[in-house]
Amino acid sequence: MDLNDTPEQVRYRAKVRAWLDEHSDEAPAEQGDEEAAQIAARRAWQGRLAAAGLAGVTWPVELGGQGLGPIEHVIVGQEIIRAGVPNILDVIGVGMLGPTIIAHGSDEQKGRYLGPMLHGDEVWCQLFSEPAAGSDLAAVQARAVPQDDGSWRLSGQKVWTTNAHFAAHGLLLARTDADVPKHKGLTMFIVPMDAEGVTIRGLRQISGEAEFNEVFFDDVRLGAEAVVGGVGNGWGTALTTLMFERLTIGLGSESLGYKAERYAAAIATDEHARLDPEVRRRLGELSVELLAVKFTGYRVLSALAQGQIPGPEAGLAKVTTVRSAIDAGDLIADVLGPDALDQDSEWAYMISFLPGLKSAGGTEEILRNTIGERVLGLPPEPRLDKGIPFSELRAKERAGVSAR
Amino acid sequence: MNLELTDEQSFLRDAARDALSRVKTVAAARDALEDPAARPDLWPTAREAGWAGLLVSEAGGGAGLSAFDAMLVMTEAGRVLAGVELLGHLPASALLDAAGDERVGAVAEGELRACFVPARPPGDLDERWTAEPPSGSVRVAAPVLSEDGRLSGKVAWVPDAPGADVYVVVATGADGAPVAVAVEAVDATAEDATRYDATRSLGHVSFDGAACSVLERIGAEDLRRAWFLAQALLAAESLGAVETALASSVSYAKERFTFGRAIGSYQAVKHSLVEVLRLRENTYALMLYAGWAYEDKPGEFALAASAARSSGGHALDYASRAMISVHGGIGATWEHDAPLFFRRAQLSRRLLGGLGDATDRVAGELLSTA
Repeated sequence: MDLNDTPEQVRYRAKVRAWLDEHSDEAPAEQGDEEAAQIAARRAWQGRLAAAGLAGVTWPVELGGQGLGPIEHVIVGQEIIRAGVPNILDVIGVGMLGPTIIAHGSDEQKGRYLGPMLHGDEVWCQLFSEPAAGSDLAAVQARAVPQDDGSWRLSGQKVWTTNAHFAAHGLLLARTDADVPKHKGLTMFIVPMDAEGVTIRGLRQISGEAEFNEVFFDDVRLGAEAVVGGVGNGWGTALTTLMFERLTIGLGSESLGYKAERYAAAIATDEHARLDPEVRRRLGELSVELLAVKFTGYRVLSALAQGQIPGPEAGLAKVTTVRSAIDAGDLIADVLGPDALDQDSEWAYMISFLPGLKSAGGTEEILRNTIGERVLGLPPEPRLDKGIPFSELRAKERAGVSAR
Repeated sequence: MNLELTDEQSFLRDAARDALSRVKTVAAARDALEDPAARPDLWPTAREAGWAGLLVSEAGGGAGLSAFDAMLVMTEAGRVLAGVELLGHLPASALLDAAGDERVGAVAEGELRACFVPARPPGDLDERWTAEPPSGSVRVAAPVLSEDGRLSGKVAWVPDAPGADVYVVVATGADGAPVAVAVEAVDATAEDATRYDATRSLGHVSFDGAACSVLERIGAEDLRRAWFLAQALLAAESLGAVETALASSVSYAKERFTFGRAIGSYQAVKHSLVEVLRLRENTYALMLYAGWAYEDKPGEFALAASAARSSGGHALDYASRAMISVHGGIGATWEHDAPLFFRRAQLSRRLLGGLGDATDRVAGELLSTA
């Protein structure tokens, strides 16, 4: 057991730090007043990081990456936080969608899309979730219908799409065959976001900000070359993306700022609260959980570095992080009073954002089902959708409701 | 970074599991509730396995292993509710070793069983070194070393005190500064205070102007470290009991059917067992933190060990209750193992300052460095 950097890692960290020390004053702010200018600046900064080898650290060298391991990836992330500069803008593209294209895409797709993605020239978005397909992602209804000439016509709606309003492309999961069971009739596509028939609408959340979008597709034409990973293989391709999503969240939790030390600092300024046994108990309990998550992250990283893929139990870290951060927001607002909920407060956004995060990437309840079944080997939930063609499912669901 | 166990650590863990499997410790934990003589003496097992000298340097005659290695052995003991007197012995042995005490060779070999008589170090709100009271919530002053070198005071609920050969006591001198002293068993009184969990040996230890030897090289920082080492060892022991409780509950949830379904297929049961797993994973991660901090980040050891204790205690509390619930009415009967794990949880959370104090220490450490 060893948590310390190896001599090679010490050297790598020093190299990363030296570059950041030299260039950190050229970095844009994390947030800006005017969105378009801010995004342009963040994209340019991503290009700088990529050119310096600080983006796509784990991507293969021949595809523009550094060909290094997950530990080097985390070292870069830690050093970027330390330098107080923004990380890359397109975490979803570089962290999740790019690796999916690397795993399943054609040589033409890799040659065309990966370079501009890595350098921030083209931002990507993930078009998976729908109003009626979230935790049960394989229930997607967006339809892509094959045409005689090999092209496709796409119609449907996606939701919770981060960055869609300035993305150049999206990776989209669509149903291409409704007459087979739901996991089988899916196909993954690359969709140009400026194609005719694509409508993007901002989706405001509790905080008032619109970080997500709804995206509508009305008879959008896609070429045969838009398919990623083969027709009918969409579910397997999506699982690759979801695995990288778990890793991105698991390895990036420190950068979310959900840290025990930060919350303690907010309490410590209140001379009365820091002596209050009830405040201390609540702070202690949530801090224990957040410290555990931090070292669980190191366990995941260590397993990755030994060439193992972390199992579904890594999802427990997300459950713990979100719950503890919710507890922290409650505690801090209890201590600071209504001021904590003020628009300008450091905490209002977090407090408003977290209830929704509970459902992001699968609800807590679904995660507990998955982990109970796949890690503890408990018997599965009764399922009514197994082996049934997707086209018959809705009728069956309706019949199930009326039979009650 | 590599958080996998080394081959040596895997061997240590497997050997411990094997050595403890030769005695029916869980059944003995039940029998000893009615007949204290049924409690097996596992000290010969500990000596044979070399656990007595785990934390004693090689120069001192021990194995010179790490705190994390000691935690691995504690986890195995906790897994089968084995009453091995390591919680008292290991912190004491580390102090005797650091002090260069002449008894350390015999202690490392296990010929002498040592017992740590702890005092809670000052925190951000309490500057005193305090000991457990026999009852109630008001902590008492640690034993006092008089100017003529005599020790007086009483410490309640000391793990593994009955039958120990030498006590390593955290006391305060006439100036209030902490000092470590060693007291031979003949110079102390250890009233057996074992109760509720028959495999957890406890004693109320009294010193009445006792002859003692001062461990000159031991300072306040060493004594803080010993207290938090005990916290980390208790956390590791709880982890083992959690793992047994979880395995037993999961196994039953697959076998027991109601309304035509295995009860483990119901979300209410499944989610509760996943909660045990979540708390187990958290505790193991914090055990790694505590082990790392003990060696490489001494300034964070109080935080890490307290967090591990808090997490492990809470995990065992939850796991033992879930074990009873999942087993239904049978889980609350004398014949079942679940009550033994419940007894372990109930008593453990009230030892060594208690679970609430460990959680408060986490807050205190974070607030005072914020």
